[in-house]
Amino acid sequence: MIFSGLDLTIPQGRITAIMGPSGTGKTTLLRMITGQLAPASGDVRVAGQSVPGLPREQLYQLRRRMGMLFQNGALLTDLDVFENIAFPLREHTRLPERLVRHVVLTKLQMVGLRGAARLMPAELSGGMARRVAMARAMVLDPELLLYDEPFSGLDPISLGVILRLIRRNNDTLGLTSVVVSHDVEEIAQIADFCYLISGGRVVAAGTPAELGSSDDPLVAQFMSGAADGPVPFHYPAEDYRKELLGGG
Amino acid sequence: MVAEPPGFFAGLFRSLVRGIAKLGAAVLFLGDILRSSPYALRRPRLLAEQVHNTGVLSLVIIMTSAFFVGMVLGLQGFDALARLRQEDLLGAVVALTLLKELGPVVTALLFAGRAGTAIASEIGLMRATDQLSAMEVMAVNPVGRIVAPRFIGGVIALPLLAAIFSCIGIFGAWFIGVAVLGVDNGAFWTQMQEFVSTEDVREGVVKSIVFGIAASLIATFEGYNCPPTAEGVGMATTRTVVTTAIVVLILTYIITALLL
Amino acid sequence: MQVQAREIGTGLFVFLGFAALLFLATQTTGLDEFFEDSGYSVTARFTEVAGLRPRAPVTMAGVTIGRVESIRFDRYRLDAVVTLRIRSEYDTIPEDSTASILTAGLLGSKYIGLTPGGADESLEEGSEIFLTQSAVVLEQLVSRFLFGGGE
Repeated sequence: MIFSGLDLTIPQGRITAIMGPSGTGKTTLLRMITGQLAPASGDVRVAGQSVPGLPREQLYQLRRRMGMLFQNGALLTDLDVFENIAFPLREHTRLPERLVRHVVLTKLQMVGLRGAARLMPAELSGGMARRVAMARAMVLDPELLLYDEPFSGLDPISLGVILRLIRRNNDTLGLTSVVVSHDVEEIAQIADFCYLISGGRVVAAGTPAELGSSDDPLVAQFMSGAADGPVPFHYPAEDYRKELLGGG
Repeated sequence: MVAEPPGFFAGLFRSLVRGIAKLGAAVLFLGDILRSSPYALRRPRLLAEQVHNTGVLSLVIIMTSAFFVGMVLGLQGFDALARLRQEDLLGAVVALTLLKELGPVVTALLFAGRAGTAIASEIGLMRATDQLSAMEVMAVNPVGRIVAPRFIGGVIALPLLAAIFSCIGIFGAWFIGVAVLGVDNGAFWTQMQEFVSTEDVREGVVKSIVFGIAASLIATFEGYNCPPTAEGVGMATTRTVVTTAIVVLILTYIITALLL
Repeated sequence: MQVQAREIGTGLFVFLGFAALLFLATQTTGLDEFFEDSGYSVTARFTEVAGLRPRAPVTMAGVTIGRVESIRFDRYRLDAVVTLRIRSEYDTIPEDSTASILTAGLLGSKYIGLTPGGADESLEEGSEIFLTQSAVVLEQLVSRFLFGGGE
């Protein structure tokens, strides 16, 4: 059991952040939104449709209206950058080759990687791979874009680029964004609204500023990154003194 | 002797249940592949690519092994037949052995080692790097796009590889028997044609098709269901070889018993 | 260029595979099975066919002239009806020839040997060979020898 009594609403047209300590099931939450996992009880509704009960055809229809950026990009390793971005187009549309090229190059231009169109995924840096994945997630012009830990393991420059892209996508294309992350500082810069989940439920909700000034000890610990607090530094163990002296 | 641990039978029972569950999962997976195969069949380029990956890349190892297996059969067969003063039967003995048994079985084992491991690790790596999940989110069924072409490619490639194996093996035996040890060339071929019937050829083809289905299913199943970690991928490739070897040897007995 | 090399390789592989299959199907097996339907069939009744199988050779003077097509049991006359298919080029076999079930070697496989008779008419499609000699069952032979039965 990962969640119990979890209840949250994602506002349309905004960037919503879902934060929480590692292992609280943030990625699981995203997988429920995309219908890869079904909740044991309860419901997930996207655009008015109940995701868990959807038959495959309709689920796939719904998924075409979503894009998801995976933690490490999840680019298809046997296709180059261009073909990776063209992949959803080729699978779901019958566009003529000229139009495919046009759409792909537009999206690549948006993430600043038009020059890398013929590179293979293995030749890309982590930041570049994530930008390509972002272009791919947006190629069908989705209404909902999900980001799974988009900031982890990036150098400061790539980080800045990704932050700006998420913000700009949201503002210029009017889509709804959900960012799952535990990087407090970055979230504070872009999120319109934050949920903090821990222990399988929502422990706090509000704008980043509201969460930053919260006096709830758990929220305060998470936002400031204190080592000890409601989430203890020590993994549950026997009394230290007793265990050392007790021999064994 | 150490006494059996008290949980011995319970453990045996548990692993039996696990094995049966796995067999069931593999059969369901096969159903999933078959349901998704229209997707793959509509994309002949994907299929051709997989026939290339499984067939062409295994060709060198298959041909080399076949020639040496054939030469060994030639030597051993000649030695045994010479004791019975029946050297002329060498062609028949070698052809029957290769066509009915050794060709399909050894090909399936080599296939598992070369193509099966490649398929399992490739799919496993896609699982570990979220490529399969990414496809699902892009509303593309990964079983149709990734698994089915590899499965069908393997099912096409293995019978062809087995036929090539038997052919090259016969020539290997011919080389040792006729060119080196001096069996009469005419006797080698006419005795073969006298004793080998089309049913023997059919038995070999049936076997190699069944092995193609089994080996491809095991490789794709292990890769698709492997834990998304580096060790998971490694274990999936090992299990592919071991499981295929056992399953092929069991199946060859069953088919032989059914067809004889 | 690389794509083309791959396509050529794949095509070559598939071609090779089918060539190998064709080789196995035609060169390793007796070709006559492909011409089975050209030929005529005759029947022969035996009281004992133990060990005889369909496709077993039919020989005359040691040369294979045909194959056993089918073996069935006659439930009224309680004997075995064997259908032989003989190649059409051998159309001069006398009607009163004898068919015997013989064994290749002491324990080898069973085949049918025809011994020519002296009639002017020849066997043709649908005719029956009346003179037959059944299979020798080794067990019966041994027990007769050991226990000195009947004769």
